[in-house]
Amino acid sequence: MGDRLMEKQSILSVIAKHREAGLIGFIIILSIVFQLLNPKFLTIGNLANLITNTTILIILAVGMMLVLITRGIDLSIGSTLALSGMTSSLFVSAYPGLNPLLAILLGIMVGIICGIILGYLVSIIGILPIIASLGLMNVYRGLTFWSSGGGWVSAHQMPASFKGIATSSFLGVNTLILIAIAIFLFFYFFVNYTITGRQIYAVGSNPESAEITGINSKKILLLVYTIMGGLSGLAGVLWVSKFASAQGDTASGYELTVIAACILGGVSIAGGVGRITGVLLGAILLGILDNALPLIDVSPFWQMGIEGGIILFAVLFNVIVNRAVQQNELARRVV
Amino acid sequence: MKRFVNLGLLMSLLLVFLAACGSNQPAEGGDGKAKHAVVFKNTGNPYGEKEMEGFKNAIEDLGGEAILRAPDDPSVEDQVKIIEELISQQVDSIAVVANDYDGLEPALKKAMNKGIKVLSLDSAVNGDSRMVHVNQADPEAIGRTQIEAVSEMIDGKGQIAILSATSQASNQNLWIEWMKKELEKPEYKDIELVKVAYGDDLRDKSVSETEALLQSYPDLKAIVAPTTVGIAAAAKVITDKGLIGDVVVTGLGLPSEMAAYIENGATPWMYLWNPLDVGYLAGHASHSLVEGDITGEAGDKFKAGELGEYEIIEGEDGTEILLGDPFRFDKENIEEWKEIY
Amino acid sequence: MNTRTISGEREFTWKKFFLQWEWMLVLILISIFMMNSSISPYFFNFINIADATMTFLDKAFIVFPMVMIMIMREIDISVGSTVALSSVVMAMLYNAGLPIGLAIAACLLTGALCGFLNGYLIVRYKELSAVIVTLATMILYRGIAYMLLEDQSAGGFPDWFSYFGWGYVGTIPFILVLFVAFAVIFTLILHKTVFGRHIYAIGSNSKASRFSGVKVDRIKLIVFTLAGLTAAITAIFLTSRMGSTRPNVATMYELDVIAMVALGGISTAGGKGKMTGAILAIFIVGYLQFGLGLINIPAQMLLIVIGLLLIISVTVTNLKFKVKKKKTVGHPQQKNVS
Repeated sequence: MGDRLMEKQSILSVIAKHREAGLIGFIIILSIVFQLLNPKFLTIGNLANLITNTTILIILAVGMMLVLITRGIDLSIGSTLALSGMTSSLFVSAYPGLNPLLAILLGIMVGIICGIILGYLVSIIGILPIIASLGLMNVYRGLTFWSSGGGWVSAHQMPASFKGIATSSFLGVNTLILIAIAIFLFFYFFVNYTITGRQIYAVGSNPESAEITGINSKKILLLVYTIMGGLSGLAGVLWVSKFASAQGDTASGYELTVIAACILGGVSIAGGVGRITGVLLGAILLGILDNALPLIDVSPFWQMGIEGGIILFAVLFNVIVNRAVQQNELARRVV
Repeated sequence: MKRFVNLGLLMSLLLVFLAACGSNQPAEGGDGKAKHAVVFKNTGNPYGEKEMEGFKNAIEDLGGEAILRAPDDPSVEDQVKIIEELISQQVDSIAVVANDYDGLEPALKKAMNKGIKVLSLDSAVNGDSRMVHVNQADPEAIGRTQIEAVSEMIDGKGQIAILSATSQASNQNLWIEWMKKELEKPEYKDIELVKVAYGDDLRDKSVSETEALLQSYPDLKAIVAPTTVGIAAAAKVITDKGLIGDVVVTGLGLPSEMAAYIENGATPWMYLWNPLDVGYLAGHASHSLVEGDITGEAGDKFKAGELGEYEIIEGEDGTEILLGDPFRFDKENIEEWKEIY
Repeated sequence: MNTRTISGEREFTWKKFFLQWEWMLVLILISIFMMNSSISPYFFNFINIADATMTFLDKAFIVFPMVMIMIMREIDISVGSTVALSSVVMAMLYNAGLPIGLAIAACLLTGALCGFLNGYLIVRYKELSAVIVTLATMILYRGIAYMLLEDQSAGGFPDWFSYFGWGYVGTIPFILVLFVAFAVIFTLILHKTVFGRHIYAIGSNSKASRFSGVKVDRIKLIVFTLAGLTAAITAIFLTSRMGSTRPNVATMYELDVIAMVALGGISTAGGKGKMTGAILAIFIVGYLQFGLGLINIPAQMLLIVIGLLLIISVTVTNLKFKVKKKKTVGHPQQKNVS
């Protein structure tokens, strides 16, 4: 039994590797095509734009990966993002002298509270994640409108220090990129090399046996949604600082883009499977599409269809490769 | 135990409802006041809040009751739903800022059949589904003025691009048509319109479209964005990239949102009308329709409070009331306007 | 799972019968009617109560197959996009000169095809969960609608076409009449036929039911196709309500539908829930929105109220299951009710 499990694990890791190589290949081919169609694509300036615009997606996708690994889903992140962005920008517009770090902290706190509420509903009460987060999505969105009284916070109401969070740079690298790298590295270490991180996978791949081996799955679920909330809160502050405007409808529907990035990156909604490097690649792939389609003069009305087609293709491609690999393994074992 | 849990939660459920409704004083029907409703595109849009505020001011000056409604996202189906609710409340007039030119026709016709006066303001509905339209400014003037402005900013020479929304509310496209017509004049022969980009009125999309414009056209001199979201996003990109002075941004923007960029020079000046006035004028038009002072025919005249007298004119599709020319915002006056809307 | 149902049946009492979730929904519906009548003088008359159904029944048609889908532990989040795509196809074909009857047929066909594709992918590639497949097709279908119509709107239908969304049979809205017919048919299918029993069987144990001869794949394919078909019916009513259409109609309809099904007490833990619950939920959400609309409550408050209604009611069902489980099975730590 243990042996079979080990073998299964190794098959899965082989697939995951294949998959990431495939994604990298796909990204390279796409980049070459875009470069041929518009030589401005692979320039330092454009690549800097591309990466900066993808950072928020990366931050959220990392959190969503953890949620998906536990067989959950979080549809409320767009609303959480908006609520934390609105709260922190209302705060800095009222106290312009505030240190921007405190504004970030406040945003993260709001996000964590939103996440804990969702985590509580999912883990302790036992509501299906898709339903609980759907309900909270409405509630948080409503609270965002309500907290601003229907108004918005605009550029001139925000102090320069706050807007500087997203535009400043350190050693020539944009702060947003640095934050995304820090988060990526932290979570890379967290899921791969800490006990809690491994427990998240265990809960996702087999909740019953995880329970038997003494993992407190309720605690893990609560933790995962709290992390997701905190990251959404952080993303909210960054979003608002980047666009220098906080509105009620900020990031409405963005949760689906984030989930799409995870799926492209090979995270399985059935739980237990997903690698943080894959998610990074998935997010970058979506970022490239967003950046390059306008550059090569694709009609804006075709962009959504192209994105949907590519996601469906990538998902099906993955399954077909998986099946081929598995058959290969089986054949080898017979011999 | 189970029953107690259930009952307790049921009670709390009811309490939530009552609390939600208690915070909102119910409309006291039947006290003889005329009820005038305005339906905006969506909530949380400060431009819309100001427009509805102007409407409310006018109605309350005239002694009526104003009902302000908007769906939570800019969809036609939700506006249809709201109109149906207003018909059930037997309001006297409905003024809409439409999310689609044709999509409200059946709902508004039902309202008119029930004797409710219907008008549109800002973003119009088609001529069959309204009695009159309150137009914030002449589309021709909006289009031509923006080209005149951009030409002055870049000394009549260089590449320009337009950053639009994707609004089917038809006004965007009409303005762009007039801009193109204005560009045909000989004095603009050195100005080249290189692209019309669409930012969908989304902030992130408008930013990446602006960045794509700057990448694709390094010699770009100006961006004209006749949409409040687009102009703010474009000005932000120009500011962040340190291109102030190299690329100018102009168009239609909200003073409060654009104040920062007018002050730093990314946008030398821009235009907009006063949404308070648009709403105020629509409020007076609603009142006059209900009182029977006007019927929506061309040639009818009515007084719109402090704005003075207006005459209904024949428009392209149905009759309309023109508010006036767009207003110019620059360094001189932005300080005063940014606090207002 | 099975032990629970069996023990539940054994202990039948009237008390238990009245403590069913559906009775709770009836209570909520009655209290909403009472609340509406007390807060607005316009609510409680026949015309308004009947006319109100026109405002919320359009998406309700999708609820029927969605109940079946969620009982089978699946989900379909592409239905809103299917509505948009079939509506756009219908309007474009009509404008291209096709008779309106054929355009309507094309609309139904488009919807059914969209649903069939979902079902096919889910059945063919079992590794993929329905969430992934329908998330991808959700983006794809709406994307195609945008490709077809760009940022235009299409309409200009003949006058009688508005009958679907605005017409009456006597004094009762046409949409309500058709809805009742659908409700009866789907309730009978789910609760009185072999097909319906198989749906419950798949929901409580997909593998076991496959071994015992239930044609799991075929049933899933049929139900997903039905979801597409009812989405096309929604498209006809919605288009008729607006007189024209555009690619961004029916955004987020899928979430409204799922919320109604969840509120109706359909637990995706498999094999639980009744059609009547979902039907009651449709009217609860609809009349709640209509009543609050009559007192002109701001849209954002409405969002909060609907969200809380969903969460609180699902919490109640879950607590109920928990208590029951403790009593009958005595395994409080056995989790994953959902």
